[in-house]
Amino acid sequence: MSGVHVSTTINGDPIDFVCDPDEPLLDVLRNRLGLTGAKEGCGTGDCGACSITLDGELVCSCLVLGAEAEGRKIETIEGMADGDKLHPLQRAFISNAALQCGICTPGFLIAAKALLKKNKNPTEEEIRFGLAGNLCRCTGYDKIVRAVQEAAKEMRGA
Amino acid sequence: MDDNRLFAKGLAFPPFEKSKREPHASNPGGSRFMRYEAPSSTKAAVTLLMKEKGKSAILAGGTDLLVRMKGGFIEPDLIVDIKRIPAMREIKKTASGFQVGAAVSGNELGRSVVKKAWPGVVEAANLIGSKQVQGRCTMVGNMCNASPAADSVPALVAAGAQAVIVGPKKKRTIPVEKVSTAPGRTSLAKGEIVESLLLPKRPPRSGDAYLRFIPRSEMDIAVVSAGVNVVLDAKGVIKEARVALGAVAPTVLLVAPAAKAIIGTKLDDEALDKLAAACSAACSPIDDKRGTIEFRTKVAGVLAKRAAKIAYQRAGGK
Repeated sequence: MSGVHVSTTINGDPIDFVCDPDEPLLDVLRNRLGLTGAKEGCGTGDCGACSITLDGELVCSCLVLGAEAEGRKIETIEGMADGDKLHPLQRAFISNAALQCGICTPGFLIAAKALLKKNKNPTEEEIRFGLAGNLCRCTGYDKIVRAVQEAAKEMRGA
Repeated sequence: MDDNRLFAKGLAFPPFEKSKREPHASNPGGSRFMRYEAPSSTKAAVTLLMKEKGKSAILAGGTDLLVRMKGGFIEPDLIVDIKRIPAMREIKKTASGFQVGAAVSGNELGRSVVKKAWPGVVEAANLIGSKQVQGRCTMVGNMCNASPAADSVPALVAAGAQAVIVGPKKKRTIPVEKVSTAPGRTSLAKGEIVESLLLPKRPPRSGDAYLRFIPRSEMDIAVVSAGVNVVLDAKGVIKEARVALGAVAPTVLLVAPAAKAIIGTKLDDEALDKLAAACSAACSPIDDKRGTIEFRTKVAGVLAKRAAKIAYQRAGGK
């Protein structure tokens, strides 16, 4: 059997790739497209390090097949900053020291962006629930929560 | 601009590398890779499944299937993705209630009109996994995965939901409690697919609820769970009820004696105690590190009581 040809849109750019029928989208992004921002932590949808959005819906790219991306719109961490201008969430993560080793960070940023799109002013509890699918073994989460609160405030223009 | 950026912009094409995996042991001379198909109609999906001589798997949300494939527990020759079938992506309000397509995700369900009519069912489905998992997982997948601890299933059984099954023969509709026959097994024959779930129309003064026990505060698999659905008369007396339990037997249980214990009552303490006793009596759980037989048996009754109180309150009972 040969590979599957897929035409999709990633961070606004049309992209074509060929992948194995059972190849996770995460592997396509990292190994075929060089988009190594999404990380493989567990590979089973538990840790959220591979978070992306697929047609606007937050998903673990390790639990999506590359073949499923046909005609869909994918957003990855590589599309978050506007050129050299970082997204408010990215700046807040840096200023709040909300990362240490950094493996979970792209997933947290994507998940936090998805959360703030739905809820512009989340409570601390809502942030913790919204990011419960992302595991961090370094920070203890408090700094991440504070960073999201700060970015949310900035994005509301408050 | 480095190569990565060129790839990402579609300006360069990365070479296609052949997988280094060996053909599956059960099929050494057969096709080296599995095939992926995304048909656009249920009929085409059924045909694909019927024609396949090897193992086939249906892909809805993939939150169970891909994990099992990665773990080597299942190695299908054919994957049939049902998300391109329009009928499976819809939630339809019909004269007899709601029709929820097999490929509707937890998030889509949570945003839909179903939530107001069947809050217990939607809350149960939305308890599955994280936000990331909710973006993909489906109630039908949860049901067909056939785990006794599936969160949406006790709520669906309590709701009296039906599964619409399409196959090579006539379309058939069966109650949700008849879908799973044992852990990991369903009553579906070769070529059959669950196309949608039917949730009945809500009469006035009705309510449902689902509760589960997990050792953590969120994102875990039910150790015990209970779904309760009630309809009250004008005086607040329960006239119809269904009670279902999860994770206390090889399949989700519909417990008729538990429903009988609260029908004709206003959910007084005596009725609640009878409900709990009937639930505990129906349990035949496993004993494992997550919960002992004794614990699961007792907590089934406790959760049923609490879920019944919420359902009763949602139905307008005081």
